[in-house]
Amino acid sequence: MATVGRALLILALVVALYGIAVSLYGAVRRRDEWIASGRRSVYAIAALVTGAFAILEFAFLRSDFTFATVASHSSTTTPTFYKAAAAWSSQEGSLLLWLWLLSLWSSLILFITRRGLRIVAPWATAVLLGFAAFFAGLLVFKETPFALLAVAPAEGAGLNPLLRHPSMMIHPPMLYSGYTLFTIPFAFAVGALITRQVRAADWIRATRRFALAAWLFLGIGILLGARWSYSELGWGGYWAWDPVENASLLPWLTGTALVHSIMIQEKRGMLKIWNVSLVLATGTLAILGTFLVRSGILDSIHAFGASTLGVPFVILIGLMIGGSIALVVWRREALRSDNRLDSLLSREAIFLLNNLVLVAMAFVVFWGTFWPLIAEALTGTRRALGPPWFDKYTVPLAIMLVLLSGIGPVIAWRKATAANARRNFLLPAVAALGLGAVLSAFGAASRPAALAMFVCGAFVVVSVGQEFWRGVGVRRAMTGEGPLRALRSLVARNRRRYGGYLVHVGMALLFVGVAASTAFNDARDVSLTPGQAMRVGDYDFTYARATSRVSTSGSGELEKISFGAVVDVRRDGEKIVTLRPERSYFPSRDVEGLGAVGRFFEGEATSEIGLKAGIRRDLWAAMTPDIRKLMPTIEEGDRVFAAAAGKLPPELEGQALGAALSGIVDRYIQSKPAATFRVISSPLVTWIWLGAIVVFLGGLIALWPGTDAAPRRVTARYAARVAEDLGRA
Amino acid sequence: MDVVALLVIVAVLAAVVAIVATPLRGANRERVRGEAADEIAELEARKEAKYREIRDAEMDLRTGKLSEEDHRVLDRQLRAEAVVILKALDDAGAELP
Repeated sequence: MATVGRALLILALVVALYGIAVSLYGAVRRRDEWIASGRRSVYAIAALVTGAFAILEFAFLRSDFTFATVASHSSTTTPTFYKAAAAWSSQEGSLLLWLWLLSLWSSLILFITRRGLRIVAPWATAVLLGFAAFFAGLLVFKETPFALLAVAPAEGAGLNPLLRHPSMMIHPPMLYSGYTLFTIPFAFAVGALITRQVRAADWIRATRRFALAAWLFLGIGILLGARWSYSELGWGGYWAWDPVENASLLPWLTGTALVHSIMIQEKRGMLKIWNVSLVLATGTLAILGTFLVRSGILDSIHAFGASTLGVPFVILIGLMIGGSIALVVWRREALRSDNRLDSLLSREAIFLLNNLVLVAMAFVVFWGTFWPLIAEALTGTRRALGPPWFDKYTVPLAIMLVLLSGIGPVIAWRKATAANARRNFLLPAVAALGLGAVLSAFGAASRPAALAMFVCGAFVVVSVGQEFWRGVGVRRAMTGEGPLRALRSLVARNRRRYGGYLVHVGMALLFVGVAASTAFNDARDVSLTPGQAMRVGDYDFTYARATSRVSTSGSGELEKISFGAVVDVRRDGEKIVTLRPERSYFPSRDVEGLGAVGRFFEGEATSEIGLKAGIRRDLWAAMTPDIRKLMPTIEEGDRVFAAAAGKLPPELEGQALGAALSGIVDRYIQSKPAATFRVISSPLVTWIWLGAIVVFLGGLIALWPGTDAAPRRVTARYAARVAEDLGRA
Repeated sequence: MDVVALLVIVAVLAAVVAIVATPLRGANRERVRGEAADEIAELEARKEAKYREIRDAEMDLRTGKLSEEDHRVLDRQLRAEAVVILKALDDAGAELP
């Protein structure tokens, strides 16, 4: 099957190169049959890569260790659930996933636009096929997923234990869907610039939904990554300003700016240079994000693949940046605005300000992320910038962003008068400031940035609530519908507007959660022995007793050793919850120089946290056992097994090893071991995840096709027709 | 390389050639609209955007974001712009074969 898989990828590369040539020929010569052939090349690549991906997945699911990538990233003991995800934990599998998603999304947009966009679409097809050729080329020449081993090992190395988390099944496909979807507006923007169709509304309408879907998928991917970090990495946070996290945030920030500013171009024909620059920058940042994850160029807790892909990626990114700048400069005349800003007190002006804040945030994140490379180039020393540096700039920008997301919904397009603004801002402003006063009285003023975020968040929730309330009131007055029916028809008539408002509420909840959990958390790192307690905030954490166990896989093979703790949490003497944090040790697959027992403590280790999540507060605990007392026993075990090597049948040796490890875990408990605990009491963390769900729902509503999506035929006299058409919608 | 793999590869190759070459053989040619149809699609997009703007302005009036006077001026301007687009739509429609 590996031969077939490799052949499918080679064919995909050839078809991509063919498709580029015929699309460009068809575009230049205006030959529809060549254009159609280029478009069909994309469909063919989607089918070929689907076949290749299926072969790789099949190899993972049946643990076919003749595939080098399966042997190095999976094992027979890996649960089936994670075997499927192990494909994209490898460099090759992840690149194949990228190409597969790209081919599917490209096929979808080209199928949708197959009867239109005759001038722009062939150029966009060539650009999309260019991306496909790049990734197919990497998979054929640099990182093939179908490399075979001369001798298949009896067992594979297994999936990195850190990746054995449910969100890792969905996190990479979501991120990559976001990245690949952002290449679609990029490709159509390049086509529009080359063909001078930048004033056209049609290509924007066709790709707008893809930009929104990209934004949504990338956002979900980022949040799943944050959740994984919170519950798996054992440091207690969800965002570390790590280069790989930042790499995904960059296109999301510029994409957020884009989904707002594109509305101004649609409505007013303004900001064309800005919009096209955002589209091109976002597409380029999506490729940059892929590069940072897969290259290992920057030190990261998430960099699971260090490789030699740097040069091809740098060439591609250089081409994208250089080409984008050249195209925008070339077409600057055609990109002039049709209209001017009527007033600084208008929704357009707020959108523009929101765009500036988002781009400023993107610049800060970009600078902080790449500073180690810049510093190394300038001084010869690599220096990273930590969270305090990022917080210094992003916190005020985030507060401003949340405030603007509350102002936007209650201000009119074109021009708002002071009287109207007063009427619309009064209730949200009074409610927000009132909440601020109450929170200040309870001590929140000690953290001014957090307090400002709470006030702005409240402003958003009330202003959006007011919009829904008034909108429902208008619908009821017009139609006599009941409140729920009126709400449903209000949203159905303008899904983009009200879906977007819901996204604003979700983001406000999320940011309030971030502000509260960052500013008001209590965290301690303490070493305890069983029976000892520590106080964190208002809570007493008591290390009641140690736990330990040896886990075996379904096939009976020794999988990991876990040392844990039972921690009782009390408040004012009343028991709140029992937490059970644990540290698990997976055996090293590198058997050279390691003892039979010792190798269980030389491989990967993961933290299983103890967590009580609540709407008001999370109680979080992780532990690292002190296993120094066990070392003499482990070394003794290594010596015994080394002496017995080859003298025992394999099954007896396995049983003996199991008995030895069981003895170690029993001895651990009997020794009343010390352990180092990291304990955190953090308010409103759950609001982050709830906010993300609200954002997701709002995004889905905005994405859902509306009643005005299908073009209507026009039949009556013009002025009457406008009224008639509007009345029908 | 085993025979089955070879046969699969040859079959896939034949299918791919059939997929991408069909339009070039003129068989089963896909209906592609002319440039006038592209213009109509473009104008339809502009019309929908203009209609959305008119509806938004009306909603802004009803929810108190625009005064009656501001809305009257804005609505008149937007409807005039919509009429221009509709005229262009009819002209482009007349050019269609």
